[in-house]
Amino acid sequence: MSQREITYAKAINEAMSEEMRRDKEIFFMGEDIGIYGGAFGVSVGMIEEFGETRVRDTPISEAAIIGAAAGAAATGSRPIAEIQFSDFISIGIDQLGNQAAKMRYMFGGRAQVPMVVRAPIGSGTGAAAQHSQSQEAWYCHIPGLKVVTPSTPYDAKGLLKSAIRDNNPVVFLEQKLLYRKKGLVPDEEYTIPLCKGEIKREGTDLSIISWGRMVPMVLEVAEKLAKEKKCEIEVIDPRTLMPLDKQIIIDSVKKTGKAMIVHEAVLTGGYGGEIAAVIADSEAFFHLDAPIRRVGGFDVPIPYNPELERNAVPTPERIEANIRELLQ
Amino acid sequence: MEKNTGKNGKRKSNLSKEKLQDMYMKMLHTRAFEEKVAYFFSRGMVHGTTHLYVGEEATAVGAIANLRADDWITSTHRGHGHTIAKGLDLNRMMAELLGKETGYCKGKGGSMHISDITLGHLGANGIVGGGIPIATGAALTVKLRGEDKVVICFFGDGAINEGTFHESVNMASAWKLPVIYLCENNQYGMSTSQKKATNIDDLSVRAQAYGIPGKRIDGNDIFEVYETVREAKEYVKKNGPYLIVAETYRYLGHSKSDANRYRTKEEINEWKTKDPIPRMRIYLEENKIFTPEELDGMETKAKQDIENAVEYAKNSPDPDPADLLTDVYAD
Repeated sequence: MSQREITYAKAINEAMSEEMRRDKEIFFMGEDIGIYGGAFGVSVGMIEEFGETRVRDTPISEAAIIGAAAGAAATGSRPIAEIQFSDFISIGIDQLGNQAAKMRYMFGGRAQVPMVVRAPIGSGTGAAAQHSQSQEAWYCHIPGLKVVTPSTPYDAKGLLKSAIRDNNPVVFLEQKLLYRKKGLVPDEEYTIPLCKGEIKREGTDLSIISWGRMVPMVLEVAEKLAKEKKCEIEVIDPRTLMPLDKQIIIDSVKKTGKAMIVHEAVLTGGYGGEIAAVIADSEAFFHLDAPIRRVGGFDVPIPYNPELERNAVPTPERIEANIRELLQ
Repeated sequence: MEKNTGKNGKRKSNLSKEKLQDMYMKMLHTRAFEEKVAYFFSRGMVHGTTHLYVGEEATAVGAIANLRADDWITSTHRGHGHTIAKGLDLNRMMAELLGKETGYCKGKGGSMHISDITLGHLGANGIVGGGIPIATGAALTVKLRGEDKVVICFFGDGAINEGTFHESVNMASAWKLPVIYLCENNQYGMSTSQKKATNIDDLSVRAQAYGIPGKRIDGNDIFEVYETVREAKEYVKKNGPYLIVAETYRYLGHSKSDANRYRTKEEINEWKTKDPIPRMRIYLEENKIFTPEELDGMETKAKQDIENAVEYAKNSPDPDPADLLTDVYAD
């Protein structure tokens, strides 16, 4: 199978473009996604190919963007809505959480809302507290939504194609520090099923469950410790956080007997708590020989100063220190 | 167009006898449905809450009389009138209020979530202003597909102060979407008078800010509503959105827990002299379209239809407990 190396941003662009070529009901809207190419350049070239009818620059109106996507989806379209920073979803949260997510259930199963809300999340760009959050747990707490966050270009492309084909509202959270990272994707078309995690690295001593940009960071630490012959860490990326592939986590923890969750989001109320509970509620509990450890962002807004910002969320040093402690 | 206040006798109408009967019956059905629901709530026979449309019937019926089944509407928490006008089944509506398996939402939605996508009804809505972006999105589908359809977005004088109104009307106007934004000004957002909530008397002036037409009408005059929406429908198909503000009034409280402390009996009684149902009846009688006996017969039939709906609902099964967990996600 022939492969190419592309960036995470390009993978997302290709997923949208391929799907829009396949299905005329798909359209794409958001702020500055046309000629500008999106705040992070993800949609460069799309307006040239698909025109301004299907690649729609919107007013700065997040509630109308998300709500119009819901209304368009309920009436037969398949919209992709880009919210420029995931932090701004809060302006349209009613339309996402009270409308799009609940429509099917409220209407007794007689509606479907096939839409994707794409938005970049995470810190590391010096944009401070209102442009840097990781709020995936908010969306996971709303039944009716699916929540996906890829950690590689390969996953980004395959998962986004599945998200676009899914008949439910999907919140697709993109890691802004990964946009320029490159990875291999096949030349041939492929998709990756939602709600299915992946073992990113096999190991025997500890299971680390992580997602988004923390995955490459955890893998780097795992490789370092393996080289030092300290331990072999298994790294699980659920990829879809809601609905969660619980089995892949449980099976891994049963094998290794130790579990750690690493996420960028603030620790308290973070999705790591949910995953810890999944492990503790399962037969994996009886295989644990150490407490479940969570490593997350500190409970502070993301600060501006680069060193403060870097240390507000897990760093390789902090992850390594926690692993060493847990394995003692 | 001649202005109509109170009596309706002089108004000309080109509507067929069948159409007039259908419109009159839908107003009667709404009134009888709501009065029955009010009775149920007063006796504690159904749970939750409900928001009744008594007094506002001409707005929903007059507007929706312009639509086909495949045109779209979004409704509100006070949605039974729009729903009956859109042609949804009275039995299944009543069954939903009683939380039954045969209800429109299989007992999962209740009063505030009745919908039927197959009849162009995108749902009542528990969030004030929540349906406005959804109507806008429906109009976007219509426009993208090049369909010959329109959307009517119903909302109230409370919702017109929500951000979703501003964001949606602006977007629809920029994109020239085929949607009529129809504000039912029933004078109160729960207990707060529209005159206290805004610094303008005529809400339709807001249309100017979006570069679209705006018109204030008598929402209790079914012919004025019908004709305004007919014009607006042709307009929006070619030019983009239109704002209509229909002045109307709810005789009953905001919801079942309302003690009516914020308004006077005199005010309520004053509005009752403008009740849309007797006004249409006077028109139908004076123009000899129907005899008084025929009209009495319609009123009897409307009440009987609601009694039948109650029987249907009462005899319907409760939802299967296992159904609690279904319908969260589509396949």
